Amino acid sequence: MSSFIYFDHNATTPVDNRVLEAMLPYFTQNYGNAASITYSMGLNAKNAVEAARIQVASLINCIAQEITFTSGATEAINTAIKGVFWRYKIKGNHFVASRTEHNAVIDALQWIESQGAEVSYLDVDENGLINIEQLNQQIKENTVAVVIMLANNETGVIQPIRKIAKVVHDKKSILICDATQAIGKIQVDVQELGIDILVLSAHKFYGPKGVGALYLRRKNPRVSIEPLIHGGGHERGNRSGTLNVPGIVGLGKAALLATEYIKMYQEKITPIKEHIENQLIKKDIAKINAHQVNRLPNTINAQLLHLKAETVIKKIQNKIGISTGSACSSSRPEPSHVLLAMGLSPQQSHHTIRISLGIENTMEDAEVFLKLIEEITVF
Amino acid sequence: MRIYLDNAATTAIDAEVFQTMLPYFTEFYGNPSSQHSIGRDVKSAIEEARKKIAQLINAHPGDIVFTSGGTESNNTILKGAVRDLGVRHIVISAVEHHCVLHTVEYLQQRGDIRLTVLPVDNLGRINIEELDKVLADSEEKTLVSIMHANNETGVMIDIEKVAQICQRHKALFHSDTVQTFAHYPLDVQSIPIDFLSAAAHKFHGPKGVGFFYMKKSSKINSHIHGGGQERGWRAGTENVAGIIGMAKAAELSYEHLEEERAQIKLLKAYLIQEIQKAIPDIRFNGAIDDTSLYRVVSLSLPPHPMGSLLLFQLDMQGICVSGGSACSSGASVGSHVMSAMNVPTDRTPLRCSFSKYNTESEVDVLVEALRNLYKDVH
Repeated sequence: MSSFIYFDHNATTPVDNRVLEAMLPYFTQNYGNAASITYSMGLNAKNAVEAARIQVASLINCIAQEITFTSGATEAINTAIKGVFWRYKIKGNHFVASRTEHNAVIDALQWIESQGAEVSYLDVDENGLINIEQLNQQIKENTVAVVIMLANNETGVIQPIRKIAKVVHDKKSILICDATQAIGKIQVDVQELGIDILVLSAHKFYGPKGVGALYLRRKNPRVSIEPLIHGGGHERGNRSGTLNVPGIVGLGKAALLATEYIKMYQEKITPIKEHIENQLIKKDIAKINAHQVNRLPNTINAQLLHLKAETVIKKIQNKIGISTGSACSSSRPEPSHVLLAMGLSPQQSHHTIRISLGIENTMEDAEVFLKLIEEITVF
Repeated sequence: MRIYLDNAATTAIDAEVFQTMLPYFTEFYGNPSSQHSIGRDVKSAIEEARKKIAQLINAHPGDIVFTSGGTESNNTILKGAVRDLGVRHIVISAVEHHCVLHTVEYLQQRGDIRLTVLPVDNLGRINIEELDKVLADSEEKTLVSIMHANNETGVMIDIEKVAQICQRHKALFHSDTVQTFAHYPLDVQSIPIDFLSAAAHKFHGPKGVGFFYMKKSSKINSHIHGGGQERGWRAGTENVAGIIGMAKAAELSYEHLEEERAQIKLLKAYLIQEIQKAIPDIRFNGAIDDTSLYRVVSLSLPPHPMGSLLLFQLDMQGICVSGGSACSSGASVGSHVMSAMNVPTDRTPLRCSFSKYNTESEVDVLVEALRNLYKDVH
């Protein structure tokens, strides 16, 4: 697998060896249940979990008690959306969300709609950005929450969250932000951005799969949820179930290393990304969607001018890992809802590939990819 | 030296299981939903794991759904049965695990269901005739959720008998088999059961992963919405290493099921025999005969001035045991299981739960430690 070039880091990342090393002792040696606090092995597990909670909290600049561990971003999103819907029924049943949210958000919103919620969707412009004025108009007395992702998983487009948060707070609503793709790639500070509920996942930034976290603001405003998973009352009652200790330790370690990743994305990966984009444009292979706006340093959403995405992916799938859109919907034949919302036609959407770089990628990887795609385009 | 006798709380990962998982962190790290080769390889590994687990309980692979653990499995089943299958009456026993108990209480508070809690006798057993009667009188669509073995006492129910009664009354049947899956053979074809749930970390697999079985005729919708993973029954990127580890752990447990049961049964019998010699006033919470789980014995210690601090004394000698379930071991409120069994509150429950890694000499150390603690208490 060493010659395989992996350009699909928005789908998932390998686990960093240092992360794995931090996790290892909690599989076979300190395997205690973090709730078994009557003996030291259980307490050790609990302490490891609490240390990880501090690491995750420092990454997004909140306090440890505001972090709830989950089995991943999808569970965290479901907990946030459904939990707020159930908890704030007295205030109302209205939600506002952008049309380009991840499927986990869209599906959870559709589900609460089936349970009596009302959801207004915000359009995006050709660059995938929402319109702040439209947001302002859509928030009503009974709007419980606004759900806007920080960075889009397909295009890497970064929403102006600080401005969005100001509008949301002026209207006395709360902001749920899916930061799954942004964490570990750019700085995310919940205080500075004004996020009330944030979702993140370990396996998108060199942590293990099966673990994520939910940030719930405790002050100005204090937000609360009804749990999605009931039981022994773990995680302050927000999420029951025996804690995935090694997974959580891994998430904590990845959070600690994230500063390093962010720097690498900025300094090492951005030039590679720009090189690929420039070459694709120069060689008349593709145009870059949302090219001119603020995007993640690793994500390229390229609309191929001569080829279908499917054709390219099939031709290179044993050498280079790229994707059509989000991994979660790669089995769905429908065109990307994100690209349609940006005004692309279904046909243009089927011509679009996503390249998402990771810190281990090199300029040589980029050259191999460019050469391959050029060959395919010519023949 | 550490003596770990709390295997009902969680178990050590088997070294072989761990080795099987390792490549999935750094080498085969793809997202199973991705189309490229690194994703597809992982996808087929997950489907292999599903087949393996299905085979062990004689189920169809399509009836196995991977989750983050036993608690999520139980929540999904109970809430789903009410939401999607029209269940309006749930029957449980008084000693169910908190994740069942608190979930059905939540459903009751929402006004979604009527709840019947079957009492247990002082040996921790429900009255089967009473269940029969409750179901005969139930006019609504009913789900019975009764655990196969209790996590605090090891008391088991005759799952087959309960399933048959449920079938006779056309009630759905769920059993929380978290404590028994991969420790007892379970066959979903011979037992008319609609749902069962399991957690990998109870049988030397990793934490953070579990599964549930649901019968084809009792399909419920997803509890967690999102991408179409698990054929739409549970969204979220799969915990690949966890799933691979769980399947391996289950496979290994089944391979050695009988010999391990025989070995652990001897340890339990040995502890029961030795502790009675050491502390004549010892009692046991729940039945300790062959109807109880061979891995668990709940000692009922005579009153001691130290009370529940006894556990810390044992910890100082490297002995890991628990007062009840791990999930509530920090809570100051007494165990709902003990109070359902009318255990006197001045006695201290002490749960010892064994694994294949325990030895007779470890039992000796525990017995000796307890003997010393009770030396001057009479």
